[in-house]
Amino acid sequence: MSDHELRVSKIRDGTVIDHVEGGQALNVLAILGIDGSEGFGVSVGMNVPSDRLGRKDIVKVEERELSQSEVDVLSLIAPEATINIVRDFEVVEKNRVTRPDSVTGVLSCPNRNCITNADEPVDTRFDVVADGVRCDYCSTILRADIADHIDV
Amino acid sequence: MRQDHLITATQLSRDDIEAVLDRAREVADDPAAYADRHAGRVLALCFFEPSTRTRMSFDSAAKRLGIDTIGMGDVDSSSVSKGESLSDTVRVIEGYADAMVLRHPSEGAATLAAEHVSVPVVNAGDGAGQHPSQTLLDLHTIRENHGLDDLTVGIMGDLKYGRTVHSLAAALTEFDVNQHFISPESLRLPRSVRFDLHETGAQIREHEELEPVLDELDVLYVTRIQKERFPDENEYHRVAGEYQIDAETLEEADDDLTVMHPLPRVDEIAPDVDETDHATYFEQAHNGIPVRMALLDTLLENANPDGDEGTEVDR
Repeated sequence: MSDHELRVSKIRDGTVIDHVEGGQALNVLAILGIDGSEGFGVSVGMNVPSDRLGRKDIVKVEERELSQSEVDVLSLIAPEATINIVRDFEVVEKNRVTRPDSVTGVLSCPNRNCITNADEPVDTRFDVVADGVRCDYCSTILRADIADHIDV
Repeated sequence: MRQDHLITATQLSRDDIEAVLDRAREVADDPAAYADRHAGRVLALCFFEPSTRTRMSFDSAAKRLGIDTIGMGDVDSSSVSKGESLSDTVRVIEGYADAMVLRHPSEGAATLAAEHVSVPVVNAGDGAGQHPSQTLLDLHTIRENHGLDDLTVGIMGDLKYGRTVHSLAAALTEFDVNQHFISPESLRLPRSVRFDLHETGAQIREHEELEPVLDELDVLYVTRIQKERFPDENEYHRVAGEYQIDAETLEEADDDLTVMHPLPRVDEIAPDVDETDHATYFEQAHNGIPVRMALLDTLLENANPDGDEGTEVDR
């Protein structure tokens, strides 16, 4: 993207999550538990042109670097995302997300009759399968609608 | 079988299944050899929803091994009605018993329970999830009638919510079995069960009518279609009526067809079928005793590998 098209300014320190599927930026923020109240500078670009994705979202979070578990969950809704760690305006690390084997405590089970929805002191646990995730307790498979079940 | 708990049929290998069924055969042949084998042990029967045959079958099986049983009584009068979590309940009961059998209305309840206790847990039905001890007795029944390979099995009725169906379909993939699933469109196998069947490369086909496949079947496993699955009672009567069989229906079937049902039946198998050689559902229910004896014996043996077979009793 050339400079005259740049819609979101550069950041000094923090994380740039690029190549997020169009429309998923707010879910990315939800996963990271960022709602603006933390005081970080947050910039969001939605549906900006992308050679690779056609349309993509970009999320820039100042003064915040992502943990591995946050990246794991991001991979489920934004499998094409790249994570750039920025320090003093320079990209010091650039990583593609990788799908984890399982995710614990971040998704709610869509099956209302699952024991994890029964007020038990239990974290949900989902295995990552070929085309979605699967509840370890009731075996329900969640595919396209993963973002609707993020519970953080 | 080298398992600590029995939670789902998908955890069982062919060897696991055959080991339990071999033992069930030994138990059936010589029950006296198993009497008092686990004297001094206690089994907790934790039934969070009503059950007659499964609870009595486990109770009877345990007592025939010399095991004492304890129960929770009516769920309405137990601590569950005071809002205690399942996690707490099983942790308390763990201190009272050497093993527990759990029936619960929520899917995944047995998995959760097994995470909290170190005594063996047997899933005796978790909502619309799994019912693996029923599957072992189903397989025992099929094996004693036909063997377990080179078979064609039809499973008919409520395939979506039927936990006995989910467990049986998974276990049959360990054998050389063609599976036909016959149900109304709205009660087809759930996505998760279908996923597991596809993962194993199992040969399965789905139908809305029994008639085109009936003459191919060695076993027809019928399940009850429940009224509460339908928003409208007329729709229920219309659909359920298409999945009822009687002696006339079975005239088209192979002479050796075995008709099974996990029971209780309502009207999906007419009483006139009872008089035919096809009817195997009462034999199937009775097989619950040797199979559950073999299962409890195996799990308690696994939990006590030093060869201690219970407290010594004076003879």
